[in-house]
Amino acid sequence: MATQINNKALHTYLLRLADSSLTMGQRLAEWCGHGPYLEEDVALTNVSLDLIGHAQIFYQLAVALSDDSQTADDLAFLRDSHEYRNPIITELPKGDFAYTTLKQYFIDVFSVQLYQALSKSSYEPLSLAAQKALMEVKYHLKRSEAWVERLSLSTDEAKVRMQKALNDLWFYTPELFETDAALNELIEQGVIADLLALKTKWNEQVKTLLQRCQLEIPESGWVATGGLAGEHSEHLGYMLAEMQFLQRAYPGCEW
Amino acid sequence: MSEMKLYEVFIRAKSGLNHRHVGSLHASDAQMALLNARDVYTRRKEGVSIWVVEAEKITASNPEQEHEWFDPAEDKVYRYPTFYPLDKEVENM
Amino acid sequence: MYSQGLTDAKGQEEPADLLAEFQAKIDREEKIEPRDWMPMAYRKTLIRQMSQHAHSEIVGQLPEGNWITRAPTLNRKMILLAKVQDEAGHGLYIYSATETLGVSRDQLTDELLTGKAKYSSIFNYPTPSWADMGAIGWLVDGAAIMNQVPLCRCSYGPYARSMVRICKEESFHQRQGYEIMTVLARGTQAQKDMAQRALNRTWWPSLMMFGPSDKNSTHSAQSMKWKIKRFSNDELRQKFIDATVPQAEHLGLTIPDPDLKWNEETGHYDHGEINWDELFQVIKGNGPCNKERLQARIDAHENGEWVREAAQTYQQKQNNQHNEAA
Repeated sequence: MATQINNKALHTYLLRLADSSLTMGQRLAEWCGHGPYLEEDVALTNVSLDLIGHAQIFYQLAVALSDDSQTADDLAFLRDSHEYRNPIITELPKGDFAYTTLKQYFIDVFSVQLYQALSKSSYEPLSLAAQKALMEVKYHLKRSEAWVERLSLSTDEAKVRMQKALNDLWFYTPELFETDAALNELIEQGVIADLLALKTKWNEQVKTLLQRCQLEIPESGWVATGGLAGEHSEHLGYMLAEMQFLQRAYPGCEW
Repeated sequence: MSEMKLYEVFIRAKSGLNHRHVGSLHASDAQMALLNARDVYTRRKEGVSIWVVEAEKITASNPEQEHEWFDPAEDKVYRYPTFYPLDKEVENM
Repeated sequence: MYSQGLTDAKGQEEPADLLAEFQAKIDREEKIEPRDWMPMAYRKTLIRQMSQHAHSEIVGQLPEGNWITRAPTLNRKMILLAKVQDEAGHGLYIYSATETLGVSRDQLTDELLTGKAKYSSIFNYPTPSWADMGAIGWLVDGAAIMNQVPLCRCSYGPYARSMVRICKEESFHQRQGYEIMTVLARGTQAQKDMAQRALNRTWWPSLMMFGPSDKNSTHSAQSMKWKIKRFSNDELRQKFIDATVPQAEHLGLTIPDPDLKWNEETGHYDHGEINWDELFQVIKGNGPCNKERLQARIDAHENGEWVREAAQTYQQKQNNQHNEAA
């Protein structure tokens, strides 16, 4: 007999998935019209569109679990930063193309592994959503991996930029695998992925590429934490101020 | 630095059809050309397969020789079935 | 090579028989293809018009791109993002088609960034409110469609083919804009006001999109003969006005032209005088956003320089390694 799923914990986890996709998509969207060349402008936007689409799907799953009458848009546009559940890395500014690319690569490796695992979730709606998202993030990974390699093994300037991006981003990555008591319970029930196991896999895959690209992992830095509990960087507030402006300035309107 | 290479893009709309030329794009290498072709030319599910070819690797016929090359085919009427009158009883051959 | 350079007619008279044959081909509605012989002036006209068109798509990303991060719902965000992305794609298709005439993308980009090339004046106006996303889709894309549909039959094959693709893709652009306006016009008073102000801002500049009036249009007659152009500026403008006025009425919005009225006799709407001086000022570079728009493109190009260089250097290194190994 199946054990009772903790709906509140699952709801929070779905928000974490949705918030991560939305903040990534929102940042990538900032490139639209400003990409390094036209072909890449179009390509980056495709990734952004996929990610915002994933956010919408995960918000809808959260809505379906909840008793109140909030919509997916309410969740995106009417929560403040302390209610957002994404890991801090996804809310970081877009930075230069090296920073965007490496951040995207870290998230893409994570997403492919995560959605592969979530495809087997005992919670069917989540399993179906993960299967759909998996197809798209696999393509994202192909792109970001190709770019990490091109930028790292090319000109001196590009290499310097990639190394700087790695120094700045590396210690934001452990937070991707963070859990709390409620998540651990869901992991035990097979509802969500075993994040500890993913961490090993992720490190293996990422470090192989970084090594091939002759990039050096920094020795120390501030290890990001807090997103799961709603503790964020300063960047999220600005992002939400911009993103939520219309809904906040004209409450209760149809758009 | 000179500009990125020009690639011509060919797409198979669905299996059973030939790849068809749809346009071109610039890319640093074949893999990027392929990835970008997917994003630029199949945003609305226009295809199931893509070819990219470096534009300068295409050898083309010369339009000035269009008549010399292609007109002679016009009067080879014996290549067409209608050239051969058959008796009514077997005309569906 | 698929495309070819400017090989012939360096200041030389073009042979009368070739010219006559060329015109006869166009009159028979046959397409001209990249490697076919064509008069230098035809090639130049096409390069000018097509590159302006492509630049307009690229600069046209900016006024709407402005609102992607602030779109009010997830759906609106995705729709706007997809639309602005289409504009980048359309710029790319048209640049591709222009390159078949023997100019490089680098040359074209350079002309845009140095201010030598023109683009549609409409994109030098600001988009201060969300309703501008509605007004642009409805009016600017509406005007663009009027211009572009006849271009699908343009005599130059690659341009015509790219326009077929573009028109197909753009069919949702105007509808999504009008739908934004519909929702706003049926919303709160504040939303209605927002929609009306956007219409006030966009109406006259969108009429200017069709270019100077026929009596002052320098390129029209020859372009019509070459079937690069199928209708005159004023014809298209009138068609646009006739189609749009009832749409505004349906929304309960007022078109900011006191002289606008239905003329039973002509079967068209009469409209007030267009401020041509404003158009020429904006084309000259003195519109409200000319400098910002151009700077945004320059920044994107310069910030992308190291990326483009890295990608090419990587490829060269790979080639070298491959050659050494062989």
